[in-house]
Amino acid sequence: MSAQASAAKLKKRRPEQGLIPYLFVLPNFLIFATFIIIPTIIGFVYSFHEYDGLNPMEFIGIDNYKEILTNNEFWTALGKTGLYALIVVPSIYCLALLVAMMLIQQLRAKGFFRAIFYWPTMISFIIVGLTWKWIFGDFGVFNYMMTLFGQESISFLSDPFYANVSVIIATIWSRLGFYMVIFMAGLQAIPRDYYEAAYLDGASKPRVFWSITLPLLKPTTVLVLMLTLIEAFKAYPLLFALTGGGPGKETTYIVQYIYETGFVKQELGMASAMSVVLFVLISLFTALQFKLSKGGAD
Amino acid sequence: MELKSSAKAVLYVLLIVLAAIWLFPVLWIVLSSFKTNNDLYSFPPRFWPQPFTFEHFTAAFEKGNFGRYFINSTIVTITSTILLLLINSMAGFALAKYKFIGANLLLVGFISTLMIPLEVIMIPIFKVLSFLGLFNTLLALIIPPAATPTGVFLLRQYLLTVPDELLEAARMDGASEWRIYSQIILPICKPILAVLAIFSFMWRWDDFLWPLIAISDPQLYTIQLALSNFIGEFNVDWGSLLAMSVITMIPVLVVFLIFQRQFVSGMVTSGMK
Repeated sequence: MSAQASAAKLKKRRPEQGLIPYLFVLPNFLIFATFIIIPTIIGFVYSFHEYDGLNPMEFIGIDNYKEILTNNEFWTALGKTGLYALIVVPSIYCLALLVAMMLIQQLRAKGFFRAIFYWPTMISFIIVGLTWKWIFGDFGVFNYMMTLFGQESISFLSDPFYANVSVIIATIWSRLGFYMVIFMAGLQAIPRDYYEAAYLDGASKPRVFWSITLPLLKPTTVLVLMLTLIEAFKAYPLLFALTGGGPGKETTYIVQYIYETGFVKQELGMASAMSVVLFVLISLFTALQFKLSKGGAD
Repeated sequence: MELKSSAKAVLYVLLIVLAAIWLFPVLWIVLSSFKTNNDLYSFPPRFWPQPFTFEHFTAAFEKGNFGRYFINSTIVTITSTILLLLINSMAGFALAKYKFIGANLLLVGFISTLMIPLEVIMIPIFKVLSFLGLFNTLLALIIPPAATPTGVFLLRQYLLTVPDELLEAARMDGASEWRIYSQIILPICKPILAVLAIFSFMWRWDDFLWPLIAISDPQLYTIQLALSNFIGEFNVDWGSLLAMSVITMIPVLVVFLIFQRQFVSGMVTSGMK
């Protein structure tokens, strides 16, 4: 740390704070620059090159991006991710809101219920995937329960449709608690006066929900929708453990596809270009959230 | 509004059903981990292990090298968390309590990197790690994730509420800036540092993506990376896999039960995972 040594000398010459604040920020900043800012720039540069990680890079302009446009596998993976998001986002929204609304009532054992719903959010995605693989597997208990109800047994993880269903169920199970807590905070921030006034005016419960709870919950709604959306597009570790992307490529979502393009096929330039596309998508969601939540603030 | 007792009964039934569904998967793998191999694959499955066996737990440590992974995960989790608390509080302190050129730019810079998910820069990060000689070292799992923007931001916001007079008084008494940080600021930050420590513990313990990018040497596997490898094998040894998962869940559960309140309140104020 020669920078630190020279800075210490400077400090002796100048009695005021001088470089001190910079020194305090330095460790954090260095790590940041090295592992986030520089990789972001490098990734952007890679995306305009043909690069296999071994031979020298070759500049090819926007050829990678052009190729993505006609790459069916990429769009299939992105489409699957989108479809997954389309189901997971509203499901988590509704279920988390439902559970949160139940848990803000005056109930016994509230803390116990809250802990049960919250606990899965602390279990790693790998173990979540593994848990559900054990449940949905061919010898799994879920299949057994289906036969109890007179259903045919299903090979969940080797059937394209049911493999996706398994992923969705596991995702909802593992993320519900997180959003439940956010909703509980949002619900409790709504002033009680509004409800009391509405009930005095003889409003019914569903009417109060639609006319008071939902509108006043808009900032929380926007936050939850955008966070779940971004999370859905980043899904990978859970899938890694639960389906491994299979059967075939049926549950290979976008992050796994990029990972395989980069690390398995060694097409670093192409994978970087795909990453840029994914980054633009996620940024759009974030920008949208920013815009909507400003609207929701007043 | 008080609910009618009939409404309340419906509510309880619904809650109990949902809670049972949510509890079942964890309960099921815990029970399964105590079953003999015969019992594990019996169809129809038995709910209760018959007989109870610890063989998968001992096998995990004896044959599966699980002890090694457990130690690796522990080293990474503890050192990375300490590093995070140190450098985040230093940066948060500087950004809250000093006026200097570029302070706002730094703050905005830190926060805006939240927009760049790790998933998007996996490939260049791999290159940077190799270039620095950090590939296949535990340092690659300890240092990079410690500089969280969330932590810096939380500490800065927290320290903004500390009156400047307190620091001025210390300066009058001849305290150095480092002394002010270590003897005044750090103790003040204890509550928020506790929240951060809990989250960092969970992040690092559960982390999969950093180990996936940075580690290929089986001796350096963290638990999550090891589990993810075992589950991909053709003949999955479910017995020891379930036993390892159960052991892996325990530390986080213990931390959660002790700090439940900080957990939930910390999450609400910061919106972080």
